[in-house]
Amino acid sequence: MAEESLVRIRGLAKDYKRGAETVHVLHALDLDIPKGDFLALMGPSGSGKSTLLNLIGGLDRPTSGTLEIAGQRTDTLSDAQLGRWRANHVGFVFQMYNLLPVLSAQRNVELPLLLTKLSAAERRKRAGAALSLVGLAERAGHKPRELSGGQEQRVGIARAIVSDPTILLCDEPTGDLDRKSGDEILDLLQALNQQQGKTIIMVTHDPHAAARAKRTLHLEKGQLIREAA
Amino acid sequence: MKFLHLLWANLQRKRLRTWLTLASIVVAFLLFGILQTMRAALTGGADLAGVDRLVTIHKVSLIQSLPQSYLNRVRGVEGVRVAMSHDWFGGVYQEDRNQVVAMTADPNLFFEVYPEYPLPEEQRAAWRADRTGAIVGKIIAERFGWKLGDTIPLRSNIYTKADGGNVWDLKIVGIFDATNGDNNSVYFQYDYLNESRAFGRDQIGWIVMRINDTNRSAEIARTVDALFANSSTETKTSTEKAFVQGFANQMGNIGAIVTAVASAVFFTMLLVIANTMGQSVRERTNELAVMKTLGFSSFQVTAMVLAEALLITLLGAVIGLAIAALAATGLAKAMQQFFPTLGMPSDTYVIGALVAVGLGTLAGALPCAQAWQLKIVDALRKA
Ligand SMILES: Nc1ncnc2c1ncn2[C@@H]1O[C@H](COP(=O)(O)OP(=O)(O)OP(=O)(O)O)[C@@H](O)[C@H]1O
Ligand SMILES: [Mg+2]
Repeated sequence: MAEESLVRIRGLAKDYKRGAETVHVLHALDLDIPKGDFLALMGPSGSGKSTLLNLIGGLDRPTSGTLEIAGQRTDTLSDAQLGRWRANHVGFVFQMYNLLPVLSAQRNVELPLLLTKLSAAERRKRAGAALSLVGLAERAGHKPRELSGGQEQRVGIARAIVSDPTILLCDEPTGDLDRKSGDEILDLLQALNQQQGKTIIMVTHDPHAAARAKRTLHLEKGQLIREAA
Repeated sequence: MKFLHLLWANLQRKRLRTWLTLASIVVAFLLFGILQTMRAALTGGADLAGVDRLVTIHKVSLIQSLPQSYLNRVRGVEGVRVAMSHDWFGGVYQEDRNQVVAMTADPNLFFEVYPEYPLPEEQRAAWRADRTGAIVGKIIAERFGWKLGDTIPLRSNIYTKADGGNVWDLKIVGIFDATNGDNNSVYFQYDYLNESRAFGRDQIGWIVMRINDTNRSAEIARTVDALFANSSTETKTSTEKAFVQGFANQMGNIGAIVTAVASAVFFTMLLVIANTMGQSVRERTNELAVMKTLGFSSFQVTAMVLAEALLITLLGAVIGLAIAALAATGLAKAMQQFFPTLGMPSDTYVIGALVAVGLGTLAGALPCAQAWQLKIVDALRKA
C-alpha cells in the first residue's frame, strides 16, 4: 500500500485527566489507512479503541500528534470547523444505534441532510435510496422502537452513508446484536466496502466480525500491534 | 423551517408531559387575559373620558350631594365654558335585576358638555320640550326593546316621591349611539326629578363642566374648590379622567392586583416550563450529542432547544388568549349593564406575546446552556 493514505496519523497521543492523575490512553501512535480499506480494530476493554476512533472522526482532539484525513489536517480545526468537516466526511455507526426515538426511520436518515442545501424532495429521495440500500425501504415510516436491533442498526448505517462520507467509523456495530443480525450488518458493511469502495474502520471485540475486514490491528497499552498475518 | 418537524417530534416525546405543560400555560394566559379584561372594565372608562371636562363632587364622597346654587357659581369661574349637574337616580326597570344607569341632566346643555353623543336635532328639541323626556343609549334600548315614543316606568332605589311612590315615568324621545361607548345609560331632566322627589330637593349630585383650555384644568379646579372652601359643603374638583379613575380605585388598586396575580402565575409557569425543558434536555443528552456528532453546531442544537421552549409557550399563549377573548366576549354580553366597555383590551395580545417570549427564553436558558456546553465524547460515554 504505497499510494497516498486516506488517513495519516503521526505521533498521536491522548491523555485524560482523572482528578490529579493523568491517564495516557494513546501514545506515539502512527497509522496509515489507504482509501478503500476495511480495517478492524481490536483490543482489550479500556485499551483506547473508542478514543482512537473518536480522534479520527473529529469528535475529540489529540493531546499531541497530527491527524491528516483526505489531505486535510483535522487536529488544528476549530470546533465549528470540525463540525462542518464531520458532516461532510464522516459517517458514524454506534453500538447502541443512537437513532432519535421521536423520528421515523426515514427522518432519522434524513437528519444529516438537514445540514445540506438539498431540497426537501431531494432529501427524501436520498434518504429513501439509503434505506433501500440497507434493505429497509418498506420500514421507512417506522419509529426506532418499532424495529428490531438489527433493523435499527441498518437505519444507523443508512444515516451514516446518506451524505456519502469519505470514511465510515463503526464502534462495535454488532456489539449489541445476536449472531444472525450481526452477520447481516457485517454483510452490509462488507458490501459497502467492496461494491461502493467505502473506507471503513470498525472497532470490535469479536474475532468473527474482524475476520470480515481486510485487515485487523490490535491496540494494546496505547500502541498498535499488527496482526500476525 | 426544515427543522420544524424535529421540534414537533420532540414535543411529542412525552405527550402527557407536553399536554400538561401546555395546559398549565394555557390556563396561565387565560387567567391573564381575563384579569386584563376585568382591569379594563374597571378602569377602562378613564380612557374614554373627555380631557377638557372637569368634575366637581362633594369633598367627602361622591354620594353626598351639593347645593344647586353651586352650579351658577361654578359657571361664573373664568375659563369654564359650560357647567351642568347630574344626579344618580339608581334606576331599576321592571325587575330588581334590571339595573339601569340613569342620571339627570340638562337637555339645554347636555350636548355642549358631551359632544360625543350624536343625536338628531329634532330629538334634541323633543327632549328640551318634554319635561318627562329621556334619551337612552342604543344598547339599553335594544336590550329592553324600547322605541322612540315609549313611556317606561323607572323605579329609583334612592328616591321616593312626595306622594310615596318611587316610580318615574320616562318618555323616550331620543336614542343615541355615543362614540365613547356609553350606550347603556339613560339621561332625563333634572327638573322632573327635583320637583317630585321627597328629599334632596334643590340638591345636585355632582357638577360636570367643560373648559376652554385643557392646559388650565388644574388651575380652574383649584379656583372652583377655593370658591367653596371653608363652607359647610366643600368640594373636590378633578379632571373627568381622574374622576373615573378614582371611581375605579374605590375597588382597590385593580391594576396592581392584576399585575401581582399575573406575575405570580407567570413566575410559577416559569418554573414549570424550565423544569419540563430541563428534564427533556437531560433525557436526551445522548440524542443531542448524536446531533452534534452529525455536524449540527452547538448553536443549532441550542436554538432547537430554545425554539421548543418558545413553541410551547407561544402555543399556550395563543390558545389561552383566544379562550380569554371568547370568554371576554361572553362576559361582555352578560355584564353589559355594568361594564359598557367590557372586552379584552388589545394590548393584552402584545403583552401576552412579550411575556410568552420572555417566559420561553428564561425557561429555556438553563437547558440551552446545557445543550450548548454538551461535549460529544462525554455525553456518548455516559449513554
Ligand atoms: N472522557 C474521558 N475522561 C477520562 N477518561 C477517559 C475518557 N474517555 C476515555 N477514558 C479512559 O480512556 C481509556 C480508554 O477508553 P476507551 O473508551 O477508548 O476504551 P475502549 O478500548 O473503547 O474500551 P471498550 O472496549 O470497553 O469500549 C479508558 O481507561 C477510559 O476510562
Ligand atoms: Mg469503546
